[in-house]
Amino acid sequence: MPQTQPRISRALKCAFPHTIPIFAGFCFLGMTYGIYMKVSGFAFWYPMLMSLVIYGGSLEFVAVSMLLAPYAPMQAFLMTLMIQARHLFYGIALLDKFRGMAWKKPYLIFGMCDETFSINCTAEIPEDVDRGWFYFFVTLLNQIYWVLGATAGGLVGGLIRFNTEGLDFVMTAMFVVIFLEQWRKEKRHDSAAVGMAASVVCLAIFGADNFLIPTMVCILAVLTALRRPLEQKEADAQ
Amino acid sequence: MTLTQQFVTIGVCVLGTMLTRFLPFLLFGSNRPTPKYVQYLGRMLPGAIFSMLVIYCLRSVQPLQYSYGLPQAIAIAVTVGLHLWKKQMLLSIAGGTVCYMLLIQFVF
Repeated sequence: MPQTQPRISRALKCAFPHTIPIFAGFCFLGMTYGIYMKVSGFAFWYPMLMSLVIYGGSLEFVAVSMLLAPYAPMQAFLMTLMIQARHLFYGIALLDKFRGMAWKKPYLIFGMCDETFSINCTAEIPEDVDRGWFYFFVTLLNQIYWVLGATAGGLVGGLIRFNTEGLDFVMTAMFVVIFLEQWRKEKRHDSAAVGMAASVVCLAIFGADNFLIPTMVCILAVLTALRRPLEQKEADAQ
Repeated sequence: MTLTQQFVTIGVCVLGTMLTRFLPFLLFGSNRPTPKYVQYLGRMLPGAIFSMLVIYCLRSVQPLQYSYGLPQAIAIAVTVGLHLWKKQMLLSIAGGTVCYMLLIQFVF
């Protein structure tokens, strides 16, 4: 198949620029995580293994304290479901996009972290670029950045000294930009408004550590209650 | 914890994570048509998700204590301004981040 090579490399070339902010963010955060594990007394292969198989930033940080606490697998499982529940939303949003992805699909779903989801959900992929390979490279590159960062942190943690304070803001800035892109793309902003209101209200009520699940429940409830009028508006906007 | 217990704990984290990632795809597999309600959610959710993720990133901001969330607010304003002006994703993200780093290292 003479066409295969350019098709794959074109997708890689197209995907890479989208992942540059994540390269910065993940190398930094991954390294922070690796250092945290190292100072908590774990060998470098712990952060390497965990970043590879769990591959979910916030949970990996929490998992460090799980490993240091008395053995409680059921509690760890429930905690995991609470922290990771937002992926259910990502899956529902990507059901159609991932249709027909054949062998790539299991990996695309496995590697569907916040950042990868955000790019795969919003990126405008040019007509001549293979969507499957684009999604695949975004997912793969992001995971490579994270695992490299975590492993490096576990190996050389604490040796690097330059002032990186505030570099983690790269992730916030990226989500703000993706929010703007989504805003520009959608015809109506009802859903964004529902999400914003639910998040702010739930954050105020439940606090920083516990607001995601109530927020998701609120979003689902409001979108379900407003289904009829919102679908009507959707139809009118077409 | 023994090594085995550590592996079980890590395994449980993997299992829970993969359950949340794979469940929608397992429930609404490609062989059957997706229910209309789920299709509707699939269309509506991204807007709400990105609002939620922005707030999630800002969850530790304490608006009533010094520095009152000002560095974040200014840096987000710079990010948004740059993006509306130049529409260059990387430039907006880099500009906002550098602005934030300068603010918290030298100003606040």
